[in-house]
Amino acid sequence: MGSKILLPALSPTMEVGKIAKWFVKEGDNVASGDILAEIETDKAIMEFEAISDGIVEKLLVTENEEPIPVNSPIAIISGDDDTSGEEETSPDENVTIDLKESTTVSAVPEAPAEKLEEDLSLENVSFKSQTVREALRDAMAEEMERDELVFLMGEEVAEYQGAYKVSQGLLDQFGFERVIDTPITEHGFTGLGVGAGFAGLRPIVEFMTFNFAMQAIDQIINSAGKTLYMSGGQMNCPIVFRGPNGAAARVAAQHSQDYAAWYSHIPGLKVIQPFSAADAKGLLKSAIRDPNPVVFLENEILYNRSFDVPELDDYTVPIGKAKIWKEGKDITLVSFGIGMSHTLEAARELENIGVDAEIIDLRTLRPLDKETVIESVKKTNRCVTIEEGFPVCSIGNHLSYLIMQEAFDWLDAPIICCTGKDVPMPYAANLEKLALVSVTEIVQAAKSVLYLEE
Amino acid sequence: MMKKSVNSKPKESRDELLKLYREMLLIRRFEEKSGQLYGMGLIGGFCHLYIGQEAVVVGLEAIAEDGDKRITAYRDHGHMLACGMDPNGVMAELTGREGGFSKGKGGSMHMFSKEKNFFGGHGIVGAQVPIGAGIAFADKYRGNKNVTFTYFGDGAANQGQIYETFNMASLWKIPVIFVIENNQYAMGTSIKRGSSTPDLYTRGLAFGIKGEMVDGMDVLAVSKAGKKAADICRKGQGPYILEMKTYRYRGHSMSDPAKYRTREEVQQVRKQQDPIDSFRNKMLKWKIASEDEFKNIDRDIKKIINEASDFAQKSPEPDARELYTDVYL
Ligand SMILES: Cc1ncc(C[n+]2csc(CCOP(=O)(O)OP(=O)(O)O)c2C)c(N)n1
Ligand SMILES: [Mg+2]
Repeated sequence: MGSKILLPALSPTMEVGKIAKWFVKEGDNVASGDILAEIETDKAIMEFEAISDGIVEKLLVTENEEPIPVNSPIAIISGDDDTSGEEETSPDENVTIDLKESTTVSAVPEAPAEKLEEDLSLENVSFKSQTVREALRDAMAEEMERDELVFLMGEEVAEYQGAYKVSQGLLDQFGFERVIDTPITEHGFTGLGVGAGFAGLRPIVEFMTFNFAMQAIDQIINSAGKTLYMSGGQMNCPIVFRGPNGAAARVAAQHSQDYAAWYSHIPGLKVIQPFSAADAKGLLKSAIRDPNPVVFLENEILYNRSFDVPELDDYTVPIGKAKIWKEGKDITLVSFGIGMSHTLEAARELENIGVDAEIIDLRTLRPLDKETVIESVKKTNRCVTIEEGFPVCSIGNHLSYLIMQEAFDWLDAPIICCTGKDVPMPYAANLEKLALVSVTEIVQAAKSVLYLEE
Repeated sequence: MMKKSVNSKPKESRDELLKLYREMLLIRRFEEKSGQLYGMGLIGGFCHLYIGQEAVVVGLEAIAEDGDKRITAYRDHGHMLACGMDPNGVMAELTGREGGFSKGKGGSMHMFSKEKNFFGGHGIVGAQVPIGAGIAFADKYRGNKNVTFTYFGDGAANQGQIYETFNMASLWKIPVIFVIENNQYAMGTSIKRGSSTPDLYTRGLAFGIKGEMVDGMDVLAVSKAGKKAADICRKGQGPYILEMKTYRYRGHSMSDPAKYRTREEVQQVRKQQDPIDSFRNKMLKWKIASEDEFKNIDRDIKKIINEASDFAQKSPEPDARELYTDVYL
């Protein structure tokens, strides 16, 4: 009993091929692993091996004929004594597979809606003034106190007390096992953190700044971000990547970049960029508890800013929920992180000319709280987005699209996205100022969206 | 210096020896079947076969203890079978079906088993190495005596993140065994053309990591070296490097024009060093098992493989609703 040998697909895209050369002739004995033929495709000539022992009964195709489709019979090989009578060892003879037909194509299902938690009620809660830096430190300390699996690693986080002093005092409180100085090895320690996360620890990986995380972006995206999906839900990575993001002051192109849009692009990552100290604290605590990888973007200029922080034993802020910083009726200003600082200033100027702006702090960029933005735009009918990052494929671009899709009929003017300029950050003080998004630009954009004369 | 391969009758029991043989043969036959299903269009994309390298993973798994972990790159089918993952689930993942270890969402290069402590299955050359060190770090953090086998290739050995990892692993005495599977080629680049120094086991010396070269075609030599490395790591004196000299018979992946080496070179290794044939011949010589017993084993393995192949073809494609699951926990 001979079995048919079919023209194999030797590459992911091969559809047809021809026999460039037979290495066997009819009557030959072949052993598993012997090369039967060379197969030529449009891209390469590849060898094709016998997969079991036997005798070549018949060659069905001659050398250098016209190309034939994958899975056409090319030879008949009979099994040797050892395998005859065990038909299961021969390739399934009558199977010809057309991939296009065998793959069922169904309608694309709906992406599941985000389940949003509400912010904690802060009625009857007292507040204390704290810097963002202190709030972040407290968040880490409280979570490390709460869960022994949480540890912090990064460059200069321990003995030096943090390059920006965010981890001040943590070494004394938790010791060298849990507050770990790394070598200058971003790619390596990020991968190591990801592995520790897969193995059930809860690492906080601090990047001295997010500019240096580019060394490690493969581990953040490909390893941390995608493994849950690729493992069919088995292997999650509860890790927080945090550190200052965006422009500091006068540190030029390689040290001044906003990565908000970069990470927000990636399904599998959560992305947070807080503005206030209270949100920094509450969101970092939520991020550390989250079973998914979270990119937590801080800002060096904000570290020293003070805000009121609730005096609660366990203050958390839900991930994925925007905050209406100020209600207003004339225009919606949407921002996040340091952008909020410019936005608040612009809103004060607008107030002086009688414009009542609603201000939304996104706080979390992925998952994005689209409802809050859409609801607001439906009320004000106008929108300006503000961020520090580059204009192309920005967060504002994405918001504009969402608003256009879901609130088109409510819009009274095209949305304007205020962003950093489309240039690497210059060093010169005057140029740097021009490159950054400015209060004047935001006010200008708002006026333009409101059709107000100069 | 390569350790001598083991020629005198070993101390392992008959059952242990036969198990080594079975496991190697299981991988060989599984991979042959995978190649066949690929040729039929049932497996798509990249598919890297482990044929020729079976002794490496089987020898090391033989000395692994409960709770030890393993991680490797994309040439991963052998590692999964050797750590006890069900061939049906592995094969069904290759065909992209619901019954696969990743429900069909990972494919040949991305499979995982929490239960068997198999941490993948990674497609980016070298990326699994710091991750492996991190998994071992977690054992150290928890005070366990377990080790993590972190496999990578001769080509991967030139990636920068491996040296970042060597430094940290040595600095922090992480219980990780770096297993370099030196099969002499990184796709079409022979080790001579890609590495400034050929002795990869010495690559940790600058970081204070000891290493040794092992005949990766000899399953008993692999086990012996693995036991020593694991003992060192369990005592907190790791990490350790094992360079396994081995050979891949098939192309880099299924689509490989194979013009970077001669047919004779491949045939010669196959005839003279095949890990399965040579081990079988030794066992016959030592009178550990008879021809008939080997035939029975062959038959059992064929059955397992055919079942896996059937399962992998019958298992349905994942439900469309699976598209949006497992993005977040
Ligand atoms: C970072 C990266 N670069 C390139 C590739 C493409 N690639 C896949 S495997 C491979 C060769 C690796 O060879 P080696 O480490 O010796 O492993 P082997 O395939 O021999 O097992 C290359 C270049 C990749 N997957 N990842
Ligand atoms: Mg190689």
